[in-house]
Amino acid sequence: MPVLPTSGAVMTALLSATGITLRHGQNTVLENVSLAITAGEIVTIVGPNGSGKSSLLRVLIGALTPQAGTVTRKAGLQIGYVPQKLHIDPTMPMTVRRFLDLPKQVETSVAMQALQTAGVPETTNRQMSQLSGGQFQRVLLARALLGKPDVLMLDEATQGLDQPGSARFYRQIEDVRRDLGCAILMVSHELHVVMSASDRVICLNGHVCCEGTPDVVSAAPAYRELFGSGTGGALALYRHEHDHHHHHHDHEDAP
Amino acid sequence: MLDDFLIRAGLAALGVAMAAGVLGCFVVWRRMAHFGDATAHAAVLGVAMALMFGWSIFAGVGLVALTMAVLIYGLTGRGQAVDTILGVLSHGALATGLVAVTLIPGQRVDLDAYLFGDVLTVTRMDVAIIWGGAALVMGVLWSHWTALLTATLNPDLASASGINPRREHLILTLLLAAVVAVAIKVVGALLITALLIIPAAAAARGFARTPEQMAGLAAVLGAISAVAGLKVAVMLDTPVGPTIVCVAAALFAIGTVVTKLRSVGV
Repeated sequence: MPVLPTSGAVMTALLSATGITLRHGQNTVLENVSLAITAGEIVTIVGPNGSGKSSLLRVLIGALTPQAGTVTRKAGLQIGYVPQKLHIDPTMPMTVRRFLDLPKQVETSVAMQALQTAGVPETTNRQMSQLSGGQFQRVLLARALLGKPDVLMLDEATQGLDQPGSARFYRQIEDVRRDLGCAILMVSHELHVVMSASDRVICLNGHVCCEGTPDVVSAAPAYRELFGSGTGGALALYRHEHDHHHHHHDHEDAP
Repeated sequence: MLDDFLIRAGLAALGVAMAAGVLGCFVVWRRMAHFGDATAHAAVLGVAMALMFGWSIFAGVGLVALTMAVLIYGLTGRGQAVDTILGVLSHGALATGLVAVTLIPGQRVDLDAYLFGDVLTVTRMDVAIIWGGAALVMGVLWSHWTALLTATLNPDLASASGINPRREHLILTLLLAAVVAVAIKVVGALLITALLIIPAAAAARGFARTPEQMAGLAAVLGAISAVAGLKVAVMLDTPVGPTIVCVAAALFAIGTVVTKLRSVGV
């Protein structure tokens, strides 16, 4: 594995994972994955479908228990989590304002401030079911901000948004970091948009393929193998010919 | 006052309907209707056991419903295709109960009373147990409301906030068993799920703006169904349990029509 420099300053980590191995039945989803997040940095996890990105986030928030490895959190760490998708059963009435009170009641002024920060102050009395995709994601973001998180975690937060919409969303994330100073851990497959907004990129495919600043990662052979060099087309996303590990990810076009 | 059998019946029906209305909201939101059916059908087996061993009906039904609920809870945790298994368990338990009741030596059991309820025969003690159970269910729902709601909305969101979604699911499971136990004498094993689902579904028809409003409305609709159902049943000399469910279904139908009319601007 190529050793790449990381941009993260040597600081104590807010949240770190060491040697995470996660299996679903026979499938190994994550193998010996380690990462650490320090205060105020924006880290993006990229990787193809099925590379374990979402599972890794779910391990970090404690929703999944790995078979091996440990997750260490700074004492009293507050996590703000924006899930990939949130399906609210159509039988459940839920205003935006009420949603922001879960799981802790907040003062209306605080709730309005969070909606303002997320860019959707006008939605407060609307039903969640009546929001557009972009508004819905921003309300999820506002809710995640309410706990004054040390780390904000976003799982494919721009799914269902068009390109200008997701670009706007990521700009909002940068503003959030600037204003609140929280660290941000994102999962995405929208490489070009995400790369420019990140301090550090972790390229995941069941294991950590490579890691570093966006420049370093996009130049790394392992990253290029995974994603092609930009013009490789759809197939290139799944090419993996000279992978450096013999592991469980089978590819039809593997040599 | 409690000497009047009609008043006892009304109180029993009221207690069950209100608790079932609120808990029913979670059953509707989480799509646990089959789960409710299986737990309720198992109640007949509980009746058989209670009669055989001379236990109180509440104890027998509570025990079997609890066992069934925990069994299903365990199965759902393993990501199996639950629908079919629920069907097997639900009807297997019902059939076993029906057979077991007839095998009890020395007495002819009036099965209808346990399948469709027989609220007119409840004693003061029954009313006390029913209200105790209903109060317990309401109390637990009240104290766990936010955690239950967050876990129902999204398990991962709950985990990230330090709420264990599996634990909240287990709590709902246990409450369901408790409602089945107190409802058996009022509406019977076959119609308990109706009392859970219909008032909640009616309350979801566009009137409530928050989960709390929907739960409150479901309790009110359940209470109206219970009282009106009892009155109608006495008037027409029909069985009380099914009549209560008929009133609830009528309220649901009215709510649906009104919502439709409002949505087209009438």
